[in-house]
Amino acid sequence: MIAHGTVHKYGDNIDTDVIIPARYLNTANHAELASHCMEDIDKEFVSKVKKGDIMVGGANFGCGSSREHAPIAIKEAGISVVIAETFARIFYRNAINIGLAILECPEASKKIDTGDDVEVDFDTGVIVNHTKNETYKGQPFPPFIQEIIAKGGLLNSIAKKL
Amino acid sequence: MAMTMTQKILAAHAGLDSVVAGQLIKAKLDMVLGNDITTPVAINEFKKHGFTEVFDKEKVSLVMDHFVPNKDIKAAQQTKQCRCFAGECGIKNYYDVGDMGIEHALLPEKGLVGPGDVIIGADSHTCTYGALGAFSTGVGSTDMAAGMATGEAWFKVPSAIKFVLTGELKDCCSGKDVILHIIGKIGVDGALYKSMEFTGEGMHTLSMDDRLCMANMAIEAGAKNGIFEVDDVTLNYYKERMTHPYTVYTADPDAEYDEVIEINLSDIEPTVACPHLPENTKNASELSSVKIDQCVIGSCTNGRISDMAAAAKILKGKHVAPGVRCIIIPATQKIYMECVKLGYIETFINAGCVVSTPTCGPCLGGYMGILAENEVAVATTNRNFIGRMGHVTSKIYLASPETAATSAIKGYICDPRNI
Repeated sequence: MIAHGTVHKYGDNIDTDVIIPARYLNTANHAELASHCMEDIDKEFVSKVKKGDIMVGGANFGCGSSREHAPIAIKEAGISVVIAETFARIFYRNAINIGLAILECPEASKKIDTGDDVEVDFDTGVIVNHTKNETYKGQPFPPFIQEIIAKGGLLNSIAKKL
Repeated sequence: MAMTMTQKILAAHAGLDSVVAGQLIKAKLDMVLGNDITTPVAINEFKKHGFTEVFDKEKVSLVMDHFVPNKDIKAAQQTKQCRCFAGECGIKNYYDVGDMGIEHALLPEKGLVGPGDVIIGADSHTCTYGALGAFSTGVGSTDMAAGMATGEAWFKVPSAIKFVLTGELKDCCSGKDVILHIIGKIGVDGALYKSMEFTGEGMHTLSMDDRLCMANMAIEAGAKNGIFEVDDVTLNYYKERMTHPYTVYTADPDAEYDEVIEINLSDIEPTVACPHLPENTKNASELSSVKIDQCVIGSCTNGRISDMAAAAKILKGKHVAPGVRCIIIPATQKIYMECVKLGYIETFINAGCVVSTPTCGPCLGGYMGILAENEVAVATTNRNFIGRMGHVTSKIYLASPETAATSAIKGYICDPRNI
């Protein structure tokens, strides 16, 4: 699978409260959640983002609350993949479970800037930055997790087994 | 292969003789938890995939605590959805207005979680139950749905950092000061993907409320779980409440740890985490220039009876400073009732505080104490992220009940020894 889009870059410790503030958690509606995505640190994000765009963060991306509303909001906003130096573990699990592609790559996290044109190959973990003419190597998912994603998320994989 | 305490619990629940860090396993669950925010998302997933029954009616707990009594129509709809689902599935442990409490204060109080259990909860502070010697960790709603359907969850076996506690806390200090000190030392991702295992002679001097508070904030260091060795304090706490048999797991003496950190409890000072991360810690005594608009005492971190007692002791016969709003939230109905019987509520009201029924409310900026532009709060809650309690320009300082109550009286952040 390949993703190709323009980058929206943020810093370290992007927490789930800024990804989707709790004041909007009185709904589970995906489109409504997406309309408030990142608004406390980047009011323009929702109007700027285009389908297929890429989000890049620093260390500990998605820390804080376990709210699945956070990866849902990012995915529904149109983001095709999130690249970060590291992910907080609940966010990491949630992203896999709902089918939001994520990739850990410290070099890409450091070198990519907002506005860069970037292409990601999930099978190999290779990230190409067309704007800067650079290539970075991320860690592809282990087979166990690739299997969950291939089956269309955690519940699909379980429902098929029962 | 020598194992940590967490690894032993996971091996036993995966039906394996041993596990190693990094191994992917499937483990049987003793409890699956959700609240009024995360459960609706889980129910939608559960139903969408054709599931109609939960794996065990006694091993699912649904606690309505974040936005109840409901703050608005949308929140009421979400709670109604949980209430109907609990009825349809015959879920035994459903807690709503009247018998609810903040989930992580309620489940230990009810004896629904105990030593050796494996627990997942669709709430990041599910790690709280590690205080009882359980493996307990926060997950999302999809994991919760899968757990409700199958009674199992997948885990990557974590490595661990061992915290050897020595000495004894000073009078004015509590578990909150210890865990803030530790997060300040290792950082908000200092234990990322790992277990934080607490042991050492000093551990035995900590009350169960102190341990629950410390395990609760393991997630603020990025940890998968926080866990305390089981001792007499654990067994005495659990015996009074137990609803099911327990197993005590101890780490092998030669278990491998990524790091061993010694914490001398006698050295801990009243500690405060400054905006906007729990790792930005300073001693309370260094922050007397910080004026406050609001004080919140409560939450799954510090809404237990010893927290209420600590606040009442400081507020008795005093009054909060002019211009400061002090909101006190006992975490469960039982704690609320004890506060009534012990006269704490009268103390709080006489001191100019308001007392709310149990709710997560202001901790996550839900309701019951939202901050305006540029306002400053001292709170016994667990996160001080941007906009967490209200306006994006507001600021939160995390502290113990002792420090928060003292600061409410003074009107600025104050070391509780200076009252």
